[in-house]
Amino acid sequence: MYIETAADFDVTDYLRKEMMPHFLCPGCGHGIALRALLWAIHDLGLDRDKLAVVSGIGCAGRLSAYIDANTFHVTHGRPLAYATGLALARPDLHVVVITGDGDCLAIGGNHLIHACRRNLKLTCLMLNNEVYGMTGGQVSPTTSETRLTTTTPLGNQEPHFDACALATAAGAGFVGREVTHHVPKLKELIKAGLEHPGFAFVEVLSDCTEIFGRKNDMGSSSDMMMRQKSEIRPSAYLDTVDTPFRSNALPTGVLTRNDRPEYGAAYRQAASARAGTSS
Amino acid sequence: MNAIDPTLTGKNAVKLISGNHACALGAIAAGCRFFAGYPITPSSEIAERLARSLPEVDGVFVQMEDEIASIAAVIGASMGGVKAMTATSGPGFSLKQENIGYAAGAEIPCVIVNVMRGGPSTGMPTRPSQADIMQARWGSHGDYPIIVLTPASVSEIYSETIRAFDLAEQCRTPVVLLYDQVIAQLSETVALDGAGHASATRKWASGPRADYKPYDGGSDAIPAMAKPGDGYRTHTTGLTHGEDGFPTQNPEAVTRNLSRLFSKLERHRDLIDSSEALHCDDADVVIVAIGISARAATRAVEQCRAQGARVGLFRPITFWPFPEMQLRQATANARAVLVPEMNTGQLRLVVERVLAGMPVEGIHLFSGEAIAPSDIAARATALARGA
Ligand SMILES: Cc1ncc(C[n+]2csc(CCOP(=O)(O)OP(=O)(O)O)c2C)c(N)n1
Ligand code: SF4
Ligand SMILES: [Mg+2]
Repeated sequence: MYIETAADFDVTDYLRKEMMPHFLCPGCGHGIALRALLWAIHDLGLDRDKLAVVSGIGCAGRLSAYIDANTFHVTHGRPLAYATGLALARPDLHVVVITGDGDCLAIGGNHLIHACRRNLKLTCLMLNNEVYGMTGGQVSPTTSETRLTTTTPLGNQEPHFDACALATAAGAGFVGREVTHHVPKLKELIKAGLEHPGFAFVEVLSDCTEIFGRKNDMGSSSDMMMRQKSEIRPSAYLDTVDTPFRSNALPTGVLTRNDRPEYGAAYRQAASARAGTSS
Repeated sequence: MNAIDPTLTGKNAVKLISGNHACALGAIAAGCRFFAGYPITPSSEIAERLARSLPEVDGVFVQMEDEIASIAAVIGASMGGVKAMTATSGPGFSLKQENIGYAAGAEIPCVIVNVMRGGPSTGMPTRPSQADIMQARWGSHGDYPIIVLTPASVSEIYSETIRAFDLAEQCRTPVVLLYDQVIAQLSETVALDGAGHASATRKWASGPRADYKPYDGGSDAIPAMAKPGDGYRTHTTGLTHGEDGFPTQNPEAVTRNLSRLFSKLERHRDLIDSSEALHCDDADVVIVAIGISARAATRAVEQCRAQGARVGLFRPITFWPFPEMQLRQATANARAVLVPEMNTGQLRLVVERVLAGMPVEGIHLFSGEAIAPSDIAARATALARGA
């Protein structure tokens, strides 16, 4: 069993107090993910003057404003592209991206696969609540089959993305997934992502209680978290467990890790090697 | 280093180069150290040049997955404090628009080159056009100010690229460099005298964090920017924001910040404005033109004058904000104005508004060909003779 106390971690040390109260609905999973990220930053002792958080548009995207660091709330779908420029131009900064399932996989899907392929050091935290929370509950690329949303009144007919499989296939050096029910585990996963030398993709199974949960009669926030937890299986059980809404039960933890060369360092090395030979 | 571009060595030189090459050299001379782009004719030579030059000056070149990612990466690099540029043409310029609006609203300096080719849509990739004049000004949604420069020669592409970076940094704004395919790929001699250029730098935040307000325009309406790493830990957003940089929909705060944004460029017109008037003082007819059409018009003015017709040329070099006062002065004694342009009438529309009441005629060619000096001269001469 995982044992860790948060005794030395006070989340308010990392939040912008002038931004409180925050705008998340009661029970929203995104707040838990934010806490886990800040806890990971605390554990690693990252210098917040050198920490840059880039986020897209959506409820997930709003989270950067609450973090006492250098924060950039950019355009819908594009945080990975902004972060690529920032991290390439300023290799001394630690750049973290916060994005939603719609932000990252729909409008921003092209940037995700190329960020995975490029393997520039960035930590991408995708908060997957299976829905477009910010715009009122429309279907997203991760909405489970048959779920109701405001734009799937007949139940969703489109298959959903497995974001981690996608990131792995596109070449991400680090890929992991965790539920919000396991905060210390989520924190540890984010820490591992932050420490990874190349591109790290972390999917957080979050919950939009207020819109998605209500629409699908999924009960209270804690009911929704328990459901997430119960859908998670060790990978050996993948094909044998019958879950009604996610046809493939999702494995959690670190799913991919490799040591491909980090892009920024490789570029700078090639540049200095070239300067050395042409003089 | 033997293959290095002359501007990188600090030595001045005169070179026979293309407009796109001049743009790349101007960018390096201006201190640009980041370029992100996506290949598109007829702008790709800028990217190809910078892919070679930037690593030689400790800069970064990256070819992104599309034009949206390119402008986003450029803004990201600039948010990190590095001078940054992207270059594209028609279709790519359309794709960049949403994020150009972000740069305008969040006040992130950057330079966007648009080499105009025939449109709409994929249009004529290898043929010139001047049809993006309005898009350069109004292309992103909402109301926002922007600077657009329209050089007319290879040498001017070099100097205006340098000026584009200076204006972007000084005014904290995106600057669009707009020129047509003809001068992009034309070769002319250029004096590369920008190496010793004392490039303008952004106003950076200083003093205690507690006293710093990211969007306080101070006395000149241009807020000091916090560089990540300097300890200010600020928030930047495309949402309407107050002086503290945080989102707000408070009507007074929104009005105050947007009013400052709009006044920002107006208050620095002395820095921004640039235009040229040729033989306008006694002109009966003034030609108003930009880019390659202005080059043709210069020749036309000579031809008209040789035949005794009093014709002049007014050429905006800074196109937006439009040099309205300068145009009115240049046409003070004119009886008619002629606007040759490679589109269906975008510049004419501006001129008609600025010179309300003045007879304004256009020569509009959108066949993918440049306008011939003789066609301009013939019409200008006729107008000068009252025909
Ligand atoms: C270009 C553009 N298109 C659409 C929108 C509207 N929009 C805002 S947030 C959003 C979806 C957000 O969903 P997700 O990324 O899953 O974040 P969540 O709110 O669920 O956390 C959309 C479509 C926008 N802001 N910009
Ligand atoms: S709408 Fe959904 S995702 Fe957005 S804050 Fe509310 S519960 Fe969270
Ligand atoms: Mg979502």
